[in-house]
Amino acid sequence: MNTPTAATDRVQPRAGDPPISPALVAEHGLSADEYRLILEILGREPTFTELGVFSAMWSEHCGYKNSRPLLKTLPTQAPWVLQGPGENAGVIDVGDGWAVAFKIESHNHPSAVEPYQGAATGVGGILRDVFTMGARPIAVLDSLRFGELDGPGAERVRYLFAGVVKGIGDYGNCVGIPTVGGEVYFDAAYEGNPLVNAMAIGLLRQDELIKGVAEGVGNPIMAVGSKTGRDGIHGATFASAELSEESEAKRPQVQVGDPFTEKLLLEASLELIRSGHIVGIQDMGAAGLVSSSTEMAARGGTGVDLEITRMPLRERGMTPYEILLSETQERMLVVAKRGREDEVRRILGRWDLDAEVIGQVTDTGRYVVREHGQVVVDIPGEPLVGACPSYTRAGREAPELAELRAFDPLSLAPLPEEADPAWTLERLLDAPSIASKRWVYEQYDSTVRTNTVVGPGSDAAVLRLRGTGRAIAATVDCNGRYVYLNPRRGGALAVAEAARNLACSGALPRAVTDNLNFGNPLKPEAYHQLAEAVAGIAAACRALETPVTGGNVSLYNENPRGAIYPTPTIGMVGVVEDLAHVTTAGFKAEGDAIVLLGRNTAELGGSEYLKVIHGRVAGDAPALDLAAERALQRCLLAAIRAGLVRSAHDCAEGGLAVALAESAFAGGERPFGMEVELRDELPLNALLFGEAASRVVVSCAPESVDALLALAAEHGVPAAQVGVVGVPGGTFRVAAAGAVLAAPVAQLAAVYERAIPRRMERGVEAVFAELHSEVSLP
Amino acid sequence: MRIGVVTFPGSNCDYDCYKAVQTAMQAEAVFLWHKEHDLQGVDAVFLPGGFSYGDYLRAGAIAAHSPILREVKAFAAEGGVVAGICNGFQILCESGLLPGALVRNRGLRFLSRPVRLRVERSVPPFTSAYAEGELLRVPIAHGEGCYAADDATLDALEREGRVLFRYVDERGEPTPAANPNGSARNVAGIVNAAGNVLGMMPHPERAVDALLGSADGRGLFRSLAEHLSAAVAR
Repeated sequence: MNTPTAATDRVQPRAGDPPISPALVAEHGLSADEYRLILEILGREPTFTELGVFSAMWSEHCGYKNSRPLLKTLPTQAPWVLQGPGENAGVIDVGDGWAVAFKIESHNHPSAVEPYQGAATGVGGILRDVFTMGARPIAVLDSLRFGELDGPGAERVRYLFAGVVKGIGDYGNCVGIPTVGGEVYFDAAYEGNPLVNAMAIGLLRQDELIKGVAEGVGNPIMAVGSKTGRDGIHGATFASAELSEESEAKRPQVQVGDPFTEKLLLEASLELIRSGHIVGIQDMGAAGLVSSSTEMAARGGTGVDLEITRMPLRERGMTPYEILLSETQERMLVVAKRGREDEVRRILGRWDLDAEVIGQVTDTGRYVVREHGQVVVDIPGEPLVGACPSYTRAGREAPELAELRAFDPLSLAPLPEEADPAWTLERLLDAPSIASKRWVYEQYDSTVRTNTVVGPGSDAAVLRLRGTGRAIAATVDCNGRYVYLNPRRGGALAVAEAARNLACSGALPRAVTDNLNFGNPLKPEAYHQLAEAVAGIAAACRALETPVTGGNVSLYNENPRGAIYPTPTIGMVGVVEDLAHVTTAGFKAEGDAIVLLGRNTAELGGSEYLKVIHGRVAGDAPALDLAAERALQRCLLAAIRAGLVRSAHDCAEGGLAVALAESAFAGGERPFGMEVELRDELPLNALLFGEAASRVVVSCAPESVDALLALAAEHGVPAAQVGVVGVPGGTFRVAAAGAVLAAPVAQLAAVYERAIPRRMERGVEAVFAELHSEVSLP
Repeated sequence: MRIGVVTFPGSNCDYDCYKAVQTAMQAEAVFLWHKEHDLQGVDAVFLPGGFSYGDYLRAGAIAAHSPILREVKAFAAEGGVVAGICNGFQILCESGLLPGALVRNRGLRFLSRPVRLRVERSVPPFTSAYAEGELLRVPIAHGEGCYAADDATLDALEREGRVLFRYVDERGEPTPAANPNGSARNVAGIVNAAGNVLGMMPHPERAVDALLGSADGRGLFRSLAEHLSAAVAR
């Protein structure tokens, strides 16, 4: 290898590369101002390869240029946070020397054009982010959004939905990491631009934490794993623009996943990290070799010097530009200790993987890439990573929103059918966003690795920490409709619901990873949503003591028909102090008391009821008092720890009636009947189907009711016994506001279970046949 | 007592098997590497679940030709106890140690859920700790678990009492609705003619701790432990 050099004048355009022109700069997603800054940094015109490097590093996906000033307002610290934002994943202390690494990431645009591979590689990427921290992945959760399963666009939605679910399943199942939870929403706002957010959680000993850092001048930089091809070039830039009619043509920018190689890479990487032969490791993810090598150098305060021709390739004739920007999956960049190259190769070889020295760490602070010794890239490293411009834009609320919020849902005349509230409940239970997601999660192996105490279908997933007597709980949550109607409140509500779900499972909420899915930030309306939602998230994270340890920003989620609902998905992790505290949503025994913690209100704004029954998205998002929310969660946890609680279930979409039904359904193979009476003097539909925040349905032994109510009073939490669990297979009965909702629970459960399968059966085998033919040997 | 768990590239239930051997059999567990020819003197071998070699050709097809499988076949031929779970069952069928084949689930989807099994026979070395007709709750997690064989093979399996587990409903009946993957005659697990090689799609190693939903799989490990300790004592 040639000795490193900083001789800028030695950089030469390669023969055959296109000349730099304003049009080429624009094609690379760089503004005229940004290009001027590049000229300033380099003191000359960039080569085509350098333009590609800047384009990738300064894309929204890598550079966070429209979100960085906002992200800085999020709380990120707490005594239990071992690693905050800026690394491959956040890490928190979970006791006994153990730590948990976790992170969420989106694969929205790839999944919109190629659902199977788009979703599969999303899972692969987030797993690598976690195991590059030295953590063994123990769970995956997914937050998904699609268009409506009924109506004119439904055929393509079903194709996307089936493909995404199969992609997630095939990848996670093969690697052998359980998919333990998640959420799926269906709304026309996501048609054409589905959201696929995957969160991975890994477990590590605190002293085994390793970072993506390039340190030690002269240390070799090694490429590990799959050979590089032309797949996914400029994926990061693709992800940083709006989807359009031409996006289909960008299918080649979607990477192809190979979960088998991922499994080998996982085992080899963990072995490598534990061997002590390396100083840093990082996934070659978005913007591939460019972003991994520059970020590692930036963290180490060093430079790198790469010889691009040493990169193991699987295609002939690849240019430095293509090699640097390829997003071929299942690759790692490793900085080894000098002299340990052979040990690294031996460990990789045991797993039949390649490891090749492609460069070394330097003290020049420059990012240098050569082709056969000839310098083709020479950029000062610090400005490449650090000088990415960031923009604080002027946001402006879309004018129609104030009007939408002012709408009073109680002014709506009920439909004639609503005379029977059971009719309304059935319609809600049949709504795919509320209905059972069994069709989805049965395609995911949720029990492999034998730690899954609570799998999909409850409020949060719970995983035991073997040998500690403790567990962790995890959830992903967001109601995009609330955020659309009231971004600040909606952002806070997402955090509150995630924390509430953890508390319902017996866990103390600890930390957040967030996935900010928004529209085009250059549009003031979309930027307003982003800024406001982040402010709401920040306030709620402070109030609930759940700092943000990292996450992902996905902007430009629009398609020709408009923007998605702003959807800041909150992934949250909590700690269950004692396995005896693990609590699930389902009723446990006939005769148990049903207690409501929290206060019912007259709110119906932004509810699933308004959308499903009246076809309206209007009103304000439910009010949220963060102090009351915190008191509710602390009260619930205290009650669980005191052994007073048999089941706990968050009250969310569909309101109290749906929450009660879900607790009845989840009670076992035969759903429980139930007898409830609500005495609040509130309008019937608000009482049954309103989505007031900070409420939990709890069941407890009859003799525990007094103690539970006393505890609630101590915490200042409104609480009342509202009913009794009935016989399995009995009647589901709620009396409220002078009306009675009554139906055989088995009938309601059947509606809830059949809602998604009945919509997917038609033609779904054809979808799978098509998918199967697409999945060929990598 | 020393129990081997084979690790193929792509195995992902090897660790679960290893832990189940330790906790439910109270036995020493060792990993056996697919490239090796040494069974390390083990008393029984588990072929665990996963996606060996990516299952890119056909589930279990490449593993059936791996170096370690040569030794496993020789071990089984001498009466050694071998249990293949999920991908392990697929490998045993591909390698000819068990009859029939595992094909894509009816419905074509991967299925992960707890199922109910009926223990068809209470016999060593795999099911002696269960009562005949006992109902178990054990998870499945597979995309290619539909057991297929011709009628003559199925008749022989039934006649010779080689079907050890069947998918059944809550009343213990092998109904079509209780059959998660379309397996012929609801077959969930079978043994070879000599009775020392078991293949089953459900995961008993995931059902050894009530905390995780079921401990019904322990009986299989207990049966094995009893059988092997008696054999060691002889």
